[in-house]
Amino acid sequence: MKAWFQKIAPHPAAATFSPQAGRRANPLTPAIPSPRLRGEGQGEGQRRLALQRIFLLLVLLFAPIHAFAVNPDEVLADPALEHRARTLSSELRCMVCQNQSIDDSNAELARDLRLVVRERLVNGDSDEQVLDYVVSRYGEFVLLKPRLSAKTLILWGAPAALALVALIVAVFYARRRANDRDPAEKLSAEEEARLGRLMDGD
Amino acid sequence: MIIELGHYALVLALATCLVISVLPVIGARRGDAALMAVATTGTYALFGLVAFSFGVLTWGYVVSDFSVQNVYENSHSMKPMIYKISGVWGNHEGSMMLWVLILTLFSAMVAFFGTNLPDRLKANVLSVQAWITTAFTLFILLTSNPFVRLSPVPAEGQDLNPVLQDIGLAIHPPLLYLGYVGFSVCFSFAIAALIDGRIDAAWARWVRPWTLTAWTFLTAGISMGSYWAYYELGWGGWWFWDPVENASFMPWLAGTALLHSALVMEKRDALKIWTVLLAIIAFSLSLLGTFLVRSGVLTSVHAFATDPTRGIFILCILIIFIGGALTLFALRAPTLKAGGLFQPISREGALVLNNLILTVSAATVLIGTLYPLLLETLTDEKISVGPPFFNLTFGFLMAPLLLAVPFGPMLAWKRGDLLAALQRLYLAAGLALVAGLVLFYAENGGPVLAVVGLAMAFFLIFGALADLWFRAGFGKQTASIAWSRLKGLPRSAFGTSLAHMGLGITVLGIVAVTTFETETVVEMKPGMTAEAGGFVLTFDGMRAGQGPNYTEDRGHFTIRKAGVAVADVWSSKRLYTARRMPTTEAGIVTFGLSQLYVSLGDPMADGGLVVRIWWKPWILCIWLGTVVMMAGGVVSLSDRRLRVGVPKRRAKVVAPVPGQVAEAAE
Repeated sequence: MKAWFQKIAPHPAAATFSPQAGRRANPLTPAIPSPRLRGEGQGEGQRRLALQRIFLLLVLLFAPIHAFAVNPDEVLADPALEHRARTLSSELRCMVCQNQSIDDSNAELARDLRLVVRERLVNGDSDEQVLDYVVSRYGEFVLLKPRLSAKTLILWGAPAALALVALIVAVFYARRRANDRDPAEKLSAEEEARLGRLMDGD
Repeated sequence: MIIELGHYALVLALATCLVISVLPVIGARRGDAALMAVATTGTYALFGLVAFSFGVLTWGYVVSDFSVQNVYENSHSMKPMIYKISGVWGNHEGSMMLWVLILTLFSAMVAFFGTNLPDRLKANVLSVQAWITTAFTLFILLTSNPFVRLSPVPAEGQDLNPVLQDIGLAIHPPLLYLGYVGFSVCFSFAIAALIDGRIDAAWARWVRPWTLTAWTFLTAGISMGSYWAYYELGWGGWWFWDPVENASFMPWLAGTALLHSALVMEKRDALKIWTVLLAIIAFSLSLLGTFLVRSGVLTSVHAFATDPTRGIFILCILIIFIGGALTLFALRAPTLKAGGLFQPISREGALVLNNLILTVSAATVLIGTLYPLLLETLTDEKISVGPPFFNLTFGFLMAPLLLAVPFGPMLAWKRGDLLAALQRLYLAAGLALVAGLVLFYAENGGPVLAVVGLAMAFFLIFGALADLWFRAGFGKQTASIAWSRLKGLPRSAFGTSLAHMGLGITVLGIVAVTTFETETVVEMKPGMTAEAGGFVLTFDGMRAGQGPNYTEDRGHFTIRKAGVAVADVWSSKRLYTARRMPTTEAGIVTFGLSQLYVSLGDPMADGGLVVRIWWKPWILCIWLGTVVMMAGGVVSLSDRRLRVGVPKRRAKVVAPVPGQVAEAAE
């Protein structure tokens, strides 16, 4: 529901850096000149200033929107379609948020995407077609569950491969250990003979 | 002046660290008792210095000394005192201070409780701890100094991120760090043993209490963080597979594996090499977690740091420690003698399966977390790996493990009888299925797969009870004999049972809330009602309020069941004045183990208000289970076996030959 970044204030270090930002971020202390960080190079400063402006812009853009993820006016009349829409939304990333699905996000962009998903579903698209369409617009990055492809082969294959490798190693190791022990535990022919002599003889 | 003293104490701490890093190791090599003794006293001094330094920083927050940049950036004079104090670690510099404080606390505890350790081992362990402390103290002093002053002095601070102004911040990070950093002790023991080139069952016995302690705290920290996110973030989620969460979850998985493999090593002298490796892995994952969170490489709500120099510094620490440890391991592991043999079907075998699945799970989480970063770095292609991926892969890995858990304690060491274990467990399994069906029916159904999940959860709970039941010999003995046998069981048996039961309770909560949760999104005007979980909520209206450093709009709801008012709840939206940041404070009402979660949204154009209401059946089981798991950890920690070295040492004092004492303790 809420974008993570709305809950994050501007980075403190960035906020202290520029006088403007200091004023905007902190209306209670307008008279105090914001102190500069020590030993900050000019280029570095400029870069940070730019970053911080972008951040402020983002905050200003999104802060007033404080909506829930799915608003009542978005909900589809058909419960089955709505259910599919919710499932799909939870698999799509909100592009302007951090690690949030469009189902959880209240950003304007997420809302647009939710509406797009619902529109496609109403028009009779299958789930796969909806995802295809969204991917064609935003790229693979939008999928929270990456598709199996050459570049995600390692990702998807890793759990099974690791489990298999671990199992093989464990079995192999156990067998080798068992074999290693054998010579030590079994008696050699010579020892057998000696044992026999000892047992037989007095 | 006081602030400068704090800074100075930290510099002194670094100097002390360097001394402890070098002298005791040399002492251990030469067998010089005096040099080795430096480790103990030095570690106490180190802890004192760091504690003083941390205290000074806290003092800066308590008196709102805004001449300190760190205080200015993260505090506000109007902030309630508890948040002033917890605000100390609510930022990058302060949280690194907490990290080092806890690290030195653990070192001091090893020095204090480690009286039964062989001198060489103890000296080496404390030295390795000091290496880690050196790295992180340097990190603080060079890149994240919290004692930097400002001039001119600002009149007011910038306040703490409102999300962090919560009791959760006071509890969650310290607990989490106690867990994270606690694994440093296991790591140091592993390195010390590798340096010495010898390792035996006694080593496992010394390491196990520290693993248990760290694990218990980490469980508490993760669970607390999860509950905090649940009530604070305002949409009722309790686990997001956020990289930062994963960063704390990976050491937990590895730590859980370590806990179990150390058991095998202690009892059966087997899996030695693996246990040492696991001790290294557990702390390496802690370090990796610190890197991920502190470097800002994954930007998320927890990542305060955005300065890349810090990231590179921690990355170097990471490479040096993990790389060094693994190199040492590779050099020494072949010389370690492998221990006891066992059949595949045996308690050891079950614990190997546990380790296998847990480490593969940890690796899966690791790969899922890092894959997007690596792919982007290498190919510039961006992909996302989110909850759907983790739920699927992690779920598949966990299912067989959960199913196997009740069997583990039922199998005998060395060579177990699966059939006998099955015979003992079929009743538990049957009851679990019935309980699952009953709950499924009571909650009015859902996907049929839910029954499987619920039955699995109940199987864990009943299986844990069955373990105690058969150990005490109920059914074979008369009730009174069995009862006295039950009381006579070692505490670790209860610890195992509790921890496994707790796991079952958590799984129950997860399955129930995932399956039976309902969500209602409505637009409400005062006087309107909405239904959720069999309750009727009436929206009574909004009221404006004023907190110490925020303003809020609170909505009041009356909750009725069958026409009778059973509860009422406020749900609010806050605006923190200093940072102009809005937050939601969800209204939560608890009914038994279930909760009603009310969150406010935006006003609509026609004067209504969007309200979101969730019915979260059995949700408290998720955290209740973790509490039971922790109880298991604590009970197990109090087992006589883990304290057994102490009286031994006391008895030996009678024979005052120091060399013998050390040998005997070994």
